[in-house]
Amino acid sequence: MTPSTEQIVSKDIEGQAVQATGFEDHHGPAKGFSRWLYTTNHKDIGSMYLWFSLAMFMTGGCMALLVRLELFQPGLQFLEPEFFNQMTTMHGLIMVFGAVMPAFVGLANWMIPMMIGAPDMALPRLNNWSFWILPFAFSMMLMTLFMDGGGPNFGWTFYAPLSTTFAPPSVTFFIFAVHMMGISSIMGAINVIVTILNMRAPGMKMMKLPLFVWTWLITAFLLILVMPVLAGVVTMMLMDIHFGTSFFSAAGGGDPVLFQHIFWFFGHPEVYIMILPAFGIVSEIIPTFSRKKLFGYSSMVYATSSIAFLSFIVWAHHMFTVGIPLAGELFFMFATMLIAVPTGVKVFNWVATMFRGSMTFETPMLFAIAFVVLFSIGGFSGLMLAIAPADFQYHDTYFVVAHFHYVLVPGSIFSIMAGVYYWLPKWTGNYYDEKMGKLHFWLSFIGINITFFPMHFVGLAGMPRRIPDYALQFADFNAISSVGAFVFGFSQLLFIYNVVCCIRKRNQASKQVWEGANGLEWTLPSPAPYHTFTTPPKVD
Amino acid sequence: MTKLVDNHKLAAKLLLGVSLMFGFGFALVPLYDVFCRVTGINGKVDLTPGAYLAGATSSRSIKIQFIAVNNQTMPWKFKPKVPSMKVKLGQTYQTAYLAVNMTENDMVAQAVPSVSPSAAAAYLQKVDCFCFNRQPLAAGEQKEMGLAFNILPGMPEYIKTITLSYTLFDITVADGKELASAQQ
Repeated sequence: MTPSTEQIVSKDIEGQAVQATGFEDHHGPAKGFSRWLYTTNHKDIGSMYLWFSLAMFMTGGCMALLVRLELFQPGLQFLEPEFFNQMTTMHGLIMVFGAVMPAFVGLANWMIPMMIGAPDMALPRLNNWSFWILPFAFSMMLMTLFMDGGGPNFGWTFYAPLSTTFAPPSVTFFIFAVHMMGISSIMGAINVIVTILNMRAPGMKMMKLPLFVWTWLITAFLLILVMPVLAGVVTMMLMDIHFGTSFFSAAGGGDPVLFQHIFWFFGHPEVYIMILPAFGIVSEIIPTFSRKKLFGYSSMVYATSSIAFLSFIVWAHHMFTVGIPLAGELFFMFATMLIAVPTGVKVFNWVATMFRGSMTFETPMLFAIAFVVLFSIGGFSGLMLAIAPADFQYHDTYFVVAHFHYVLVPGSIFSIMAGVYYWLPKWTGNYYDEKMGKLHFWLSFIGINITFFPMHFVGLAGMPRRIPDYALQFADFNAISSVGAFVFGFSQLLFIYNVVCCIRKRNQASKQVWEGANGLEWTLPSPAPYHTFTTPPKVD
Repeated sequence: MTKLVDNHKLAAKLLLGVSLMFGFGFALVPLYDVFCRVTGINGKVDLTPGAYLAGATSSRSIKIQFIAVNNQTMPWKFKPKVPSMKVKLGQTYQTAYLAVNMTENDMVAQAVPSVSPSAAAAYLQKVDCFCFNRQPLAAGEQKEMGLAFNILPGMPEYIKTITLSYTLFDITVADGKELASAQQ
């Protein structure tokens, strides 16, 4: 496929176009650290979110590697069981709240205003605040590791009474950290909704919004509906621990199962909060590199909305084994299986978009295709887990670990990497090193499959999760998993190196960046100027 | 300028939604209790005394098993007088649990009942139960704690065995605090 004449023209006159359309900076960013502290610029804040998320990804990753190191062989070699528990807990909390969620907020900050033709986010000061809460929240959370009794050791799901009666004293700091990151996400979500609903360029109708924007709009509503419930449940924990209430203590008339209900009422929508923006990202990337329009745009929007709705009525599938009545098990089983329908629509649409497209396989596309394939594997193991009678066998085994890592690592994380590679030339004005990007992809792809695929087998054979030691028959598969984890972990250094080089080395990207890319962000020069769309573009 | 006002208005509305959802999280606590009581799931038993039923109105009989559980560090000896009984529906029976305070301290306990299968919970009526009250035992004291119950005749046919379990909690500290505040 040859680039259209229009694209060639836009590349040729790029220099002049900048002046002609009035994108020049009236004043550049401030200098020094105060630029970052006081900034209300969506691009600055987006970058800070992304760097923060990268730092947390590496921190949580190191914890995962410690866990895999211990599990390389049966028996106890490197870690005390108590510290092992803290590592699994902190790995989960940091990856969920520190790596995946801030990365998506960072991408939203960078891309949503540029995609809908807005000059900035609607509430820029709030935006600054929502970011700057995060480093404090996570410092507080990480500090607990150095306190008496150690950090949180009760799993990222912090079930009561393990997290109340039996928790280390540092649990109070954990609760405040969760409160702070909750406030941050809620403010971020409010900002996203107001921006999308109020700040669209003239002519940018709702059904013309890029899918990344649509999925983020729905995600933001999910955040507003469930983050306060999380805040509520940790507040109840706080009161149980310090003020003598008995929300979750059976001795005082409370009920520990209630904790699980409230937690998963938050927790299940939360897992969609971590995947819906990913759907949006791959829905941007696949059409670009297939050089075709996205197949079934409106069905994508409706499918995303139905997934969001269903996420509120399936929470008890996380607790099939606590003893809910048969009618409940059946309801939650069928409701859960129903989610496969809209998800299937999405996968079908992505495949149909690629079908007969003139595809090329640049790094973002490789990550996006791997996303479709591996996320589907995670979806299928999710269907297996949805079968209530079978779940009694799978519950709390490595099969569950395999399932949610398949949807989170090659799901959310791969989509974030795809998004970063895809938009990096627009952010920095330079192309990244394509060869190194591809190497990073293949090492990651091979690494995560070696890590997580064997976990299906040890899980089905009955290996329980969250335990530092295991029976001898699981030794071989665990050794394989650990090797894969180290391959995946260390290949991320390539990613960091590539990003840093891309920022520093000049390899001028065009305005269009990708031949098949469509959307308002590609009408801006590369790198995108500090202020964009101060006069709204016309969309027709 | 109107744009800015619009933004703030929408943000305020969303913030209202946030506070409503925060409240909803807490509302789930009573909702959960009400839901469990109405549907009888979760094996939660009605803690108000039921009516005394005299003669059996049905010839159907089932087995009821008694279980005693000590919570966490509760040091008392605690067990049912008989492990199980054959009972006719609609007739009141009496049995007891035995408790011994093995420690050298005066203690107070509270028993919390649970019924399995949970569908049977609504049909198991307690005429009198030691779980209605706190149970103080002096150091070394032992006590037979009475239980009078009947099973309502309407219970579904498929239930042939009911398990009634009591978990004994140590509430000495909480009880002492309440006494102290009551005396003030």
